[in-house]
Amino acid sequence: MTLDGFDSGRTARITSVDWANLAVDEGKRLQALGVDEGAEVAIVHRGVFGTRDPIALRIGNMTIAIRRAHAAAIEVEAA
Amino acid sequence: MSRKHTAALVGNPNSGKSALFNALTGARQKIANYAGVTVERKAGRLTLPSGEPVELLDLPGAYSFDAASPDEAVTRDVVKGTFEGEVVPDVLVLVLDAANLEQHLVFAQEVLELGRPTVVALNMVDLAERDGLTLDPEALSEALGVPVIPTVAVRRRGIAELNAAIAEAETHADEEAHTRWHLTLPERRLSAKHMARAAILSRSARHTIENGVDRILLNPWIGPVILFGLLFVIFQAVFAWATPFADALEGGIGVLSAGVTDVMAPGILRDFLTEGVLAGVGSVVVFLPQIVILFAFILVMEASGYMARAAFLMDRLMAGVGLSGKSFIPLLSSFACAIPGIMATRSIADPKDRLTTILIAPLMTCSARLPVYAVIIAAVIPETTVGPGVGLQGLVLFALYVAGIVGAMIVALVLRSTVTKGAASGFIMELPRYQLPRIKDLAIGLWQRAWVFLRRAGTIIFVATIALWVLLSFPKAGDGESQLDASYAGVVADTIHPVLEPVGFNREMSLALVPAIAAREVAVSALATTYAIDAEDEDLAAQGVTERIAALWTLPTALAFLAWFVFAPQCLSTIAVARRETNGWKWPIVMVAYLFALAWIAAGATYWIAVSLGL
Repeated sequence: MTLDGFDSGRTARITSVDWANLAVDEGKRLQALGVDEGAEVAIVHRGVFGTRDPIALRIGNMTIAIRRAHAAAIEVEAA
Repeated sequence: MSRKHTAALVGNPNSGKSALFNALTGARQKIANYAGVTVERKAGRLTLPSGEPVELLDLPGAYSFDAASPDEAVTRDVVKGTFEGEVVPDVLVLVLDAANLEQHLVFAQEVLELGRPTVVALNMVDLAERDGLTLDPEALSEALGVPVIPTVAVRRRGIAELNAAIAEAETHADEEAHTRWHLTLPERRLSAKHMARAAILSRSARHTIENGVDRILLNPWIGPVILFGLLFVIFQAVFAWATPFADALEGGIGVLSAGVTDVMAPGILRDFLTEGVLAGVGSVVVFLPQIVILFAFILVMEASGYMARAAFLMDRLMAGVGLSGKSFIPLLSSFACAIPGIMATRSIADPKDRLTTILIAPLMTCSARLPVYAVIIAAVIPETTVGPGVGLQGLVLFALYVAGIVGAMIVALVLRSTVTKGAASGFIMELPRYQLPRIKDLAIGLWQRAWVFLRRAGTIIFVATIALWVLLSFPKAGDGESQLDASYAGVVADTIHPVLEPVGFNREMSLALVPAIAAREVAVSALATTYAIDAEDEDLAAQGVTERIAALWTLPTALAFLAWFVFAPQCLSTIAVARRETNGWKWPIVMVAYLFALAWIAAGATYWIAVSLGL
């Protein structure tokens, strides 16, 4: 399943990222922030009601905000 | 050896680089731009224990040398010595967030691969301790092969030790670089993980406070309420708290002007000093209190880590018009003045996002428009209430602000699907940990912002007001002729009046728009001057401009004038800053043209509708 549909608060392991579906610079930025295959992440907050966009992601000791569209390109499994 | 010594701070964003820079250099800082790009160049002077001065550069934060933003490209090029006009730094001070080692060590390895003399500042060790981490700097130093100094920049801990380590590294500056083996990103990440594990002595299972605080501040229901509450307080502060200071400044300028009038003989030079220089520069300086107050709030929001949360909360709203949460900060600043707002767009990485934000920034009602609104509303809108505690005048003022915001959103939407067309911009942003800001860092930041504002706007508006003063003062009027009518400005007003007549403007209004190009609030004083000069007798001349407008303007005309000012092309300083920030005249011209068209249509629509409604 993809990260945007994953439960909040549970740790997910990234199995693959569909880089082709992300803008080049955004892909680079995500990689630089550690979002890549094998990384363990958890959704810690979701944005405003309705669309629940953007989402806040815990990765290592860092929290990053990404859009659901990015999360939809990230394939995960329960860690 | 008299060669100038240089060092540079390099590290991830949110590693506490700027606080470290302040701690190392004090307030002796120079802010400029890197040649050819709108990336801020911050340099300061560091004094080594030996007394030798070193020029210390605070490079923009970077996640990687594989640049995803202009900031990162500058950092890469300066560090690698390929940035034209910049010398390659003798010593690199690599700043790492102690609580975020595994992340920050990835970029650190990329920097260390260059083989330059490097010192590591293991910063924010206090926050790491707060998170329950105990670190071993020696183990890290061994793994990285360079000295590692634990620091707490905001509390000035470890600064002397860091300074000594920089001095030591400086002695190796002339040695050839020992370039290290180049690793791939996954390799760097793996080794970062190992190094971080080896450097962490113990980790107590304490929850970081961020999660708890964010559960409230990022809560989908409570979060926006808190943010809008805060924005309300900021607006109150900007408009209410600043007033006494602005009045005092205005008074001071008045005293100065009176002094000049007293000591100098009447003549062109005296008029030039009082009406040109003092009035012109004064019209900018009076906005300083508002800008300082607004920036005090913005700096606290940034330094504490809340600003990234505000961007998070606003992202959804901004995404609706093709922008991202990152545009929120510049647009917020623009309510005080579009100049700092446009300068704040530098934090937006996506060039099209940034351009769109620059183009719509002037639609946020800046404080200079407030006097115009206040005078016209007081003159033509009755002081009645439309509901419990809701006055009609206040409602109209509120509506004008909303009109600007709604206009900006529509324009953004149109721009994003035409001239700044491109893939929908994303929103990827680190949410830094919460921190208590340090007063001295805030003071340095405020001083820098105030100074940049005064210097940039001051020089531009100085020249502009002098030009306008010349236009308004020459040629001299004959007997029985008003100076404004006779002046070159009068000629300009006559030229533009046919364009403005259809939207309900009278000639005085067209005339007032000419000096308003320098600064919007001047429209009020220009109207006052016109009516004072044209008054047939003393009684009329004594009437305030509000009464004269109430007597002479029809309601549709006054409403059209208000609508005009919601969209009207901004002051010269804003145009000049837009030119600077977009590196050319193309976008400022687009901006002026679309604003002029919008203002004309809005004024016209208001006038025609009001007339047809029989107002």
